Amino acid sequence: MKRRHFLKGAGALMAGGILPISLVEVAFGKSNQENFTFAYISDSHIQQIKGSKFVRNFDRGLIRAVAECNLMDPKPDFVIYGGDLAQLGSKAEIDHGLEIMSACKHKVHYVMGEHDYYLDLGKYWESQLGPQWYSFDHKGVHFVVLNSIIVDEKWTNKWSSGEERMGVMAGLDNPQGSSFMVGAVQRAWLKQDLAKVSKDTPLVVLSHSPLQKIYKGWNFWTDDAEKIQAILKPFKKVNVFYGHVHQIQYNQIGNISFSSVMATAWPWPYPSTYSQAPSHLPKLTVKMNRADPFFERDATGWQFIDVWSGNTSMHLQLPENEPRTIAFNKKRQRPEDTKYQSKPVPPQKHY
Amino acid sequence: MKMIMASLGIFAAVVLNVAHAATPLGLPPVPVPHNNPITPAKVKLGDKLFHDKRFSSDGTVSCATCHDQKKAFTDSPLKVSQGIRKLTGTRNAPTVINAAYMHSMFWDGREPDLEGQSGGPFINPVEMGLPNYEPVLKIVGSDAEYRALFKQAFNKSAKRATMKDVQRAIATFERTIISGNSPFDRYYFGGDKSAMNNAALRGLKVFQEQGRCVSCHTISQTHALFSDSRFHNLGIGFDRINKDVFELASAFRKAKMNTTQVDVEVLTNKNTSELGRFAVSTESRDIGSFKTPTLRNVARTAPYMHDGSLETLKDVVKFYNNGGRVKESDPTYDFQSGGIRPLNLSDDQIDDLVAFLEALTSPEYK
Repeated sequence: MKRRHFLKGAGALMAGGILPISLVEVAFGKSNQENFTFAYISDSHIQQIKGSKFVRNFDRGLIRAVAECNLMDPKPDFVIYGGDLAQLGSKAEIDHGLEIMSACKHKVHYVMGEHDYYLDLGKYWESQLGPQWYSFDHKGVHFVVLNSIIVDEKWTNKWSSGEERMGVMAGLDNPQGSSFMVGAVQRAWLKQDLAKVSKDTPLVVLSHSPLQKIYKGWNFWTDDAEKIQAILKPFKKVNVFYGHVHQIQYNQIGNISFSSVMATAWPWPYPSTYSQAPSHLPKLTVKMNRADPFFERDATGWQFIDVWSGNTSMHLQLPENEPRTIAFNKKRQRPEDTKYQSKPVPPQKHY
Repeated sequence: MKMIMASLGIFAAVVLNVAHAATPLGLPPVPVPHNNPITPAKVKLGDKLFHDKRFSSDGTVSCATCHDQKKAFTDSPLKVSQGIRKLTGTRNAPTVINAAYMHSMFWDGREPDLEGQSGGPFINPVEMGLPNYEPVLKIVGSDAEYRALFKQAFNKSAKRATMKDVQRAIATFERTIISGNSPFDRYYFGGDKSAMNNAALRGLKVFQEQGRCVSCHTISQTHALFSDSRFHNLGIGFDRINKDVFELASAFRKAKMNTTQVDVEVLTNKNTSELGRFAVSTESRDIGSFKTPTLRNVARTAPYMHDGSLETLKDVVKFYNNGGRVKESDPTYDFQSGGIRPLNLSDDQIDDLVAFLEALTSPEYK
């Protein structure tokens, strides 16, 4: 129980009385379940410039996240790396990223991102990190890792080279990209994997793209999201975490709580703010007095996640910004920002 | 200005006008808390308190010992400040000049304002070394001059003085120590194109562009404070704790100290000192970060950085040019702030930048 108190944010959350401590114990019921914390680092986009030269900013973002992760006390039970370790999927980039990750003092579970994948369809990544989808159990919680960034074979095979394919997929709003999906093979595996898990076991599902449909134009999207959600539906408590979007998102669909994690590399804008309509802003006549971008960590971050009673509270660590906490609100039955969300916002239903 | 005055009412408007009238070129009006207006009597009282050595345990140290007007309100050339019995702290004395504009006080921002800051040194064992505030109040209550000043400043007997009053008076005095009118101000805000020499002019360009200095040492359209009042980890002094940072941070988090305890701890323990802002916030993001100091009169306040470890302005510029490393062979620490990176400045650019920094000296500190 103490683990949840180790930062002020977590303490304040408890003080809010979301769930009395004794109830946590009752809710878990089984002796093999207890609260714990894991850290989550994602989307570092390590990019090679030439030879041993890599983009410094992206290196520094990951180095910083690992350093802060090592500073956690009590220590996290493990770390999830949420995908897009590399920018263009090369051996050099993956190796360099893993070298930085090797400073992490905790066990790391990796998720595949499209930037890790489309050069060689994940071969080098797999040779270093193991299977692209897998599951494990931890303190009474069943964790599932999926490769959610697969696209149809026709698209995958239509390019003259892996480099070309990777280059196209690396563009955020490139119309030549293709929608991500988990695919039939993994869905069959998922059904099988979950068949042996009791329905009251809390699930934590980790994917790179959101297992919900947010904005197709930028591939903030997984095409077979509904099918995955249907497989997860019989379970009482399901938490889905995803990277890819480089921004804070959270949502509740039925029994499933969705939360995005931050990128260490750079932020994306929210799709709703994106408009190609002509701008009527006055032309800039005064130069901004700032070496731009000076603060390279702005709107990036990493997070640690408390798992309690099968629900999760995510504590976002945002360099030079106030930390934020998105916790499951028992009353409203959905994840909410504990500070900024004073009134309920209906879950997104439109795409 | 009009808007602010209207919203604060007539009394505050008068106060702000006092401050405004004294505002030198290149600075905005001094922000004055509504519960501690500037009055001539309070300034006079604060001035006397600031210079009174009787407030130290052995009668040798006053505020002015480390913030000496003759040394641009620092104790230059000391690396770190010297208190009673020549005891040394861990940090370089920041200037009082223009401290009124800072959003928080001390290198780690552990006090929000001058009122809060001015209470710290009296009872810090390596500064003025009093066991508590009683001796201060006793002297204030019994000294005839203080009694008169107190009556004028607070309209009450000095016998009933509280530390809050003492701190308000010192803060008020400090709020009058503001200084602009440097060659840079005359050039940039005053329109005097000949106010800065060519080297300084080239240096200003480096300062705003390739040198990336202006991102933290801010220049606005109407004034320049040369500080963003934020906290950054530059890599200075971090080698001292880099290996033990986990143990140190954990121990500090567990200790849960109040501000007075933090004040003592960071000034008496060299390792704890290097935790910087973390000692106040206990957030990982603040490990080893310190407040951006102003650059006004910086040529008069050597040595530099929170620990006084760099002797000259050229050393400082070289440190930044190396991406936050004294020597190119030094490591870059994991917690270093994102904006610090190698700058690829030429030797000429480095000299120009130093020339620009020398153009930030106000006439009264030349």
